[in-house]
Amino acid sequence: MSTDLEPAGSRGAPADSRGALGTTAAAQASLHLGALTDEAITIIREVAAECENPVLLFSGGKDSAVLLHLALLAFAPARLPFPVMHVDTGHNFAEVIDYRDRFVAQTGVRLVVASVQASIDSGRVVEDTGPRASRNRLQSVTLLDAIAEHGFDAAFGGGRRDEDKARAKERILSFRDRQGRWDPRQQRPEPWGVLNARIRKGEHLRAFPLSNWTEVDIWNYIALHEVELPTIYYSHTRTVVERDGMLLSVGGPVVLEPGEEPFDAVVRYRTVGDASCTGAVESTASTVWDVIAEVAAARITERGATRADDTFSESAMEDRKREGYF
Amino acid sequence: MSTATAIAPRRTGQLGTLRIATAGSVDDGKSTLIGRLLHDTKTVFEDQLSAVVKASRRYGDGETNLALLTDGLRAEREQGITIDVAHRYFATTRRSFIVADTPGHAQYTRNMVTGASTADVAIVLVDARHGVVEQTRRHAFIATLLGVKGIVVAVNKMDLIDWDENEFTNIAKEVDEYVRALPTPVPVVAIPLSALLGDNVVDGSTHTPWYDGPPLLELLEEFDNQPRVEVGSRVHVQRVIRPQGGEFADFRGYAGVLAGGSLAVGDAVIVQPAGIRTTVAALHRAGKPVEVAEIGHALVVELADTVDVARGDVLVTADSTTAPGVGETVEADICWMIDQPLTVGSRWWFKHGSRTGRATVVAIDHRHDLATLDRAPTDQLGLNDLGHVRLHLSEPVVADRYVDNPDGGRLILIDEATNTTAAAAMVTSIAP
Ligand SMILES: Nc1nc2c(ncn2[C@@H]2O[C@H](COP(=O)(O)OP(=O)(O)O)[C@@H](O)[C@H]2O)c(=O)[nH]1
Repeated sequence: MSTDLEPAGSRGAPADSRGALGTTAAAQASLHLGALTDEAITIIREVAAECENPVLLFSGGKDSAVLLHLALLAFAPARLPFPVMHVDTGHNFAEVIDYRDRFVAQTGVRLVVASVQASIDSGRVVEDTGPRASRNRLQSVTLLDAIAEHGFDAAFGGGRRDEDKARAKERILSFRDRQGRWDPRQQRPEPWGVLNARIRKGEHLRAFPLSNWTEVDIWNYIALHEVELPTIYYSHTRTVVERDGMLLSVGGPVVLEPGEEPFDAVVRYRTVGDASCTGAVESTASTVWDVIAEVAAARITERGATRADDTFSESAMEDRKREGYF
Repeated sequence: MSTATAIAPRRTGQLGTLRIATAGSVDDGKSTLIGRLLHDTKTVFEDQLSAVVKASRRYGDGETNLALLTDGLRAEREQGITIDVAHRYFATTRRSFIVADTPGHAQYTRNMVTGASTADVAIVLVDARHGVVEQTRRHAFIATLLGVKGIVVAVNKMDLIDWDENEFTNIAKEVDEYVRALPTPVPVVAIPLSALLGDNVVDGSTHTPWYDGPPLLELLEEFDNQPRVEVGSRVHVQRVIRPQGGEFADFRGYAGVLAGGSLAVGDAVIVQPAGIRTTVAALHRAGKPVEVAEIGHALVVELADTVDVARGDVLVTADSTTAPGVGETVEADICWMIDQPLTVGSRWWFKHGSRTGRATVVAIDHRHDLATLDRAPTDQLGLNDLGHVRLHLSEPVVADRYVDNPDGGRLILIDEATNTTAAAAMVTSIAP
C-alpha cells in the first residue's frame, strides 16, 4: 500500500530538487520544513475537529496557496471538509483570479467569494477616494460580515509571525470577540501549542497554521511540493510607476499622479494583495529556485518592499488587526 | 559545572530545529541579546533596522536600541517592557532556530511557562553587576519543570564589570549548584558576554582570554535536542479519514500526531483506552507513504483490521516496556493562569491530546514557593502560582508522566464560564 496522497496540481519533488537540497545547509532546511509541515497539518486537523464550521481564507497569494495545499494534504485522500473564502477587493491582478479559479476547479474545493465592492454598494463601508485610495482596510468589514453571514466559527489564515512585530505576538489560535476584535492583552496562553478552540456563539477564532514559517520556508515548500502559483510571482515585464520607492502596476486601479512617468520594468511580486497598494520588485527570478536564491539574499522584508499600507506607521498592523483584519 | 560538550557534543548527524526560550529580569538585556543574534546572523532586514533607528531616536536612546526589534506591541514599546511572548526566527547554514522571547516580571510567570513549554533550551540572562537574583532562580526552576534539556546562563554586561573572571565564575557556579538541587536537574553552561557590544554572542571575544568555551551561537548550533527518554509510540488520533466514494472508497485511515516514540509499518499496536490489538498496515506523512515515523510527525495510519477507533483514542505500540498510564485520576504540577483562583472542588474542562472532558479538582497538595523552593500547604492557587494538584477526570486519558514523555504528559484546563485557558498541567501520576 504505497499510495501517494498528494493533491492534484502536485507531482512530488521535481528532478532538479537535489540541486537545492544536496548540501548540509539544505538538508537542515528540509528537516526544518518537515517539522513545520507536521505542525501545520496537526493544527489544521485539530481546528477542523473542534470547530463546527471553519473556512480557509484564500487570496490566491503564495501563503494561502501553501495553506490550502497543506489543508488538502491534512485530509487526503478525503475531500477538504470545509470551504475556502476569497475576500475580493475588486482590485485584483487578472493572473491571480485566473489562478484562483483554476486551483478551485482542479481541487474541487468549495469557493465562497466575499466582495468588498458589494460592501461599498450596500453602504456598509465608505470608500476612500483620491489617487492613493486603497481597499485594503475595507476588507476587514467585508470579512467580518461574511464570517457572520455564513456562521463561520474559525477562519484559517496564512499569517506568519515573521511578517510583522504585532504578528510575532499572535497565537496560533487567536480569539475574536463578537465584534471581531483582537485584544492583544487578553490572549489565551497557548502552552505546548495545545489548542483551546472553545468559543461562544457569535465569537470566532482565527487559526494560523503557518505561524512559525518564514518567507524562505514558504518558498522551499512551494519547490518541494511543486505548488503552482499565480504567474506574477515570477519575473515578467510590466508597465509600472515608481511611488515612495515602490513599483506599482499601471493599468489597474492605480491612478497616476501629476509628474509620474510610467515605464516598463522586469519585475515580480513578493506578495499579492490589493493591486492598488502592492508593489512589484525588480527581479529576473523566473523559476522557484531563482526565487529561493533571491529571497535568501534579500535585505528588505516582503511587507516593507511591497506594501504601501504597512509602512505608514510603526503600529499599522497592530491597529488593523485590532479591528479584525486578517 | 558542565562543560559545553555536556549539552553540545560534537556530532555529524543532522540536527533538527532548535527551540529556545529566553528569560531574565527586566533590563538584564534579553531583548538586546535577541536583537544582536538576529542582527549578527543577518536576519534583520534593512527596513526593520531603519525603523528601529528611527524609533530609537524618538524614544531618546543614544545608541540604536536593538531591543526594539523584538518588543512588538505598542504598550511594550511605550513602557519599555516585554509583556507577552514574542516569537523570532533565524537560521544559520547549520540549523534553524525558533526563539520564544518571554517576559521577566513575576506577574507574567504564565507567559514564561508558555514560552518554556516548547523549548529545548533556556537562555537565562544574568546582569553581571547584580549576579544571581530571585528571578534567576525562578526562571531556572520553571525551565527545568517544563522539561528543557539544558540551561545556558548568559552572564551579560561583562563590559560593565571589566570582564572580571572571578565574578563570572562565581555566578556560573551559583546557578549550577542551584539547578543541581532542583527536582529535575539539567546540564548548565555559562557564557560571559556583552549583548550590547556583541562579545561571545556570534563571534568570540578578545576580552575573555580566560574563557575557552564557544560563543553563544556556536553552542546553540550544536545543542543536542534529541528526546532523552524513550517511550513506546503514542498516536493521538485527531480524526478518522474516510473518503466515501471515488478511487479511495474503501480507504480508512486515522489522522493524528505521533506524541512519543517511533512507529513503523508492521508494528503491533493497541487502541487505548479500549485495549484492542491490531497492526499498522501503512503510514502516510504529508501525503507520502513512509515506513517509519518519528515523534512530532503528522500521520495517517492505516490499520490491518477493521477496529473501532475514534477521535481522542491513542494508538500505543504493543511491545512497549514503558506502557502509558490509563485512568481518570491524574496528579500534576500545574501553573495557574487566570485571576479566579483554583480551589478544591472546582470544575473545569480539560484537554489532553485530542481528548476533552471535565476535570474536578480533588486536592491541592502544595504551592511551590518560587523564592525559597519550599512546598507551602495551601487550599488555593492564584494567578501565576505553581503547585501540585490531584484531578478527577470525566473520562480516562492515556497519558505518560511528563518527565518520561512531555508530549504525552501535558494537559490544559479551560474555564467553563469564559472559555479561556486556565492552566498548564504536567502529569506526575495516572491512576484508574
Ligand atoms: N553595557 C551594556 N549594556 C547592555 C548590555 N546588554 C543590554 N544593555 C543595556 O541594558 C538595558 C536593558 O536592555 P534590554 O535588552 O531592553 O533588557 P530586557 O528588559 O532584558 O529586554 C538597555 O539600555 C541596553 O542597552 C551589555 O551587554 N552591556
